[in-house]
Amino acid sequence: MIEARGLTKRFGDVVAVDGLSFDVRPGRVTGFLGPNGSGKSTTMRMIMGLDLADAGTVTVGGRRYHDLAWPLREVGGLLEAKAIHPGRTARAHLRGLARANAIPRRRVDEVIELVGLTAVAGKRAGKFSLGMSQRLGIAAALLGDPPVLLFDEPVNGLDPEGIRWVRTLCKHLAGEGRTVFISSHLMAEMSLTADHLVVIGKGRLIAEMPVQEFVARSSRQSVTVRARTPEELAGALRGAGAEVLAQPDGSMAVTGASAVDIGELAATMGIALHELTPVASLEDAFMELTDTAVEFRGAAS
Amino acid sequence: MTAAAVPAARRGGATGGRAGLADAVGSEWIKFWSVRSTGWTLAVTLVAMLGIGALATATGRDFVEDPTRRSLIGFFLAQLTLGVLGVLCMSAEYGTGSIRSTLAAMPRRPVVLAAKILVLGAVVLVVSEVLSFAAFFMGQALLSGTGRNNAALGDAGVARAVVGTGIYLAVLALLALGLATVLRHTAGAIAAYAGVVLVLPIIVSALPASLDDAITRYLPANIGITVVTTTTTEGHLLGGAPMFNPWAGLALLGAYTVAVLLLGCWALVRRDA
Repeated sequence: MIEARGLTKRFGDVVAVDGLSFDVRPGRVTGFLGPNGSGKSTTMRMIMGLDLADAGTVTVGGRRYHDLAWPLREVGGLLEAKAIHPGRTARAHLRGLARANAIPRRRVDEVIELVGLTAVAGKRAGKFSLGMSQRLGIAAALLGDPPVLLFDEPVNGLDPEGIRWVRTLCKHLAGEGRTVFISSHLMAEMSLTADHLVVIGKGRLIAEMPVQEFVARSSRQSVTVRARTPEELAGALRGAGAEVLAQPDGSMAVTGASAVDIGELAATMGIALHELTPVASLEDAFMELTDTAVEFRGAAS
Repeated sequence: MTAAAVPAARRGGATGGRAGLADAVGSEWIKFWSVRSTGWTLAVTLVAMLGIGALATATGRDFVEDPTRRSLIGFFLAQLTLGVLGVLCMSAEYGTGSIRSTLAAMPRRPVVLAAKILVLGAVVLVVSEVLSFAAFFMGQALLSGTGRNNAALGDAGVARAVVGTGIYLAVLALLALGLATVLRHTAGAIAAYAGVVLVLPIIVSALPASLDDAITRYLPANIGITVVTTTTTEGHLLGGAPMFNPWAGLALLGAYTVAVLLLGCWALVRRDA
């Protein structure tokens, strides 16, 4: 359980995080969503006590990070920026961290195995690809087997197989009852991985809700339709008040009508449908919300 | 629904208590020896102390006025290499970003600095004492082998000079650590360190004699020269400006180092990592 209350961080005149309050609960994957520069990394760093908040508090399990008895056994963090000396081997890096929190040395080899770095554990981290570095960072986060995990942009630099691995890992960790908080600017990835969302823009909270609800709230939900006679169906849909956009690939993006409505209409007209796909776009919902937030601020100032 | 959902038994390790200085020292010890720069700087220090000491004592002519100092003269390069080691001990953490991992494991930042002081200080003290004695004995053997004036450990001021040189080098390495904690950048900290140790004496010696006489004994490098010289017990050196006696000089150098480390500690706690 992570609780942020009125968290604020300024860098000179720039307010990077602005009175942010949210809860991250155990047992589910909570996505931390926001455009680049919206304050996600700064917030993550404040949770881990690396950046000092100008105002507000953030606690993990009811305590400030600074006051945790064995920090690595209570919170596992993967930060976006590199946090590894390139001259040190993966194993030495993890052994140093393990020793700092009295974590048994066998656990080092366990997490190396878990992230699939056994073959390169004795190699210097500076030789690692971005994907291998991310895996090492995740190994460090898992080292203390902590009940709370913070992953800042964990899929950055990973190949599709690696992305799937992180997604499965996050769901698995949450399934064990842990608190899993992952940041990303990739909406599509979040819609696949997260159960719950904390959405921020310009350092402010925009939304805190289940992913499904967030998507459902979007007025821009559309349905992708392919039909044998698209013009005929498009005309009927427009007649019924829907908006139809012809796509370059020959499909139509329909808004203002549900998949059920469209299917029924096509059936009554005897038009064969080749595709009928509701597009629940997290990206659209996100863009809509952040646009509103930006407009609102613009009007207010 | 809370952390208790993860079986505590699976987490392993010590229970109760909290991560403290002993854990941080253990971690820093592993980190210290697992980067190549440690081996390199110590190897170059060894070459400096023994190689330069051998050169200075094996060759040369005539009467040697202070055979102890001549055998220890490699300290001049060693203070630079050990300074680099001290700087890297902290600045590499910032240069590579590993400071974030370090502080995630030990968020009480003064404990991290204390652990680095203990590990660096202990290693450098042992290494520089060993090298100081080795350079002394090797140098005296080389001098006596050619029938020139040489010293024994029991002679006046000799043991003090040999032991003092090791202490001087260890304190300087900690001064370098302190500068790096304040400045955080490798290049900046090495420049500042070299400026204080190597450049400052040159600048001061270029000042008018009255100013030079007033300031020069406060400079770390000049304290070092009084330490390696056996004949500075009266507080004068080279017949020139007044100097502190070697122990007082070392105490002053220690005070500088404590001041810089405290400033570094303050900066470490205050600034974002």
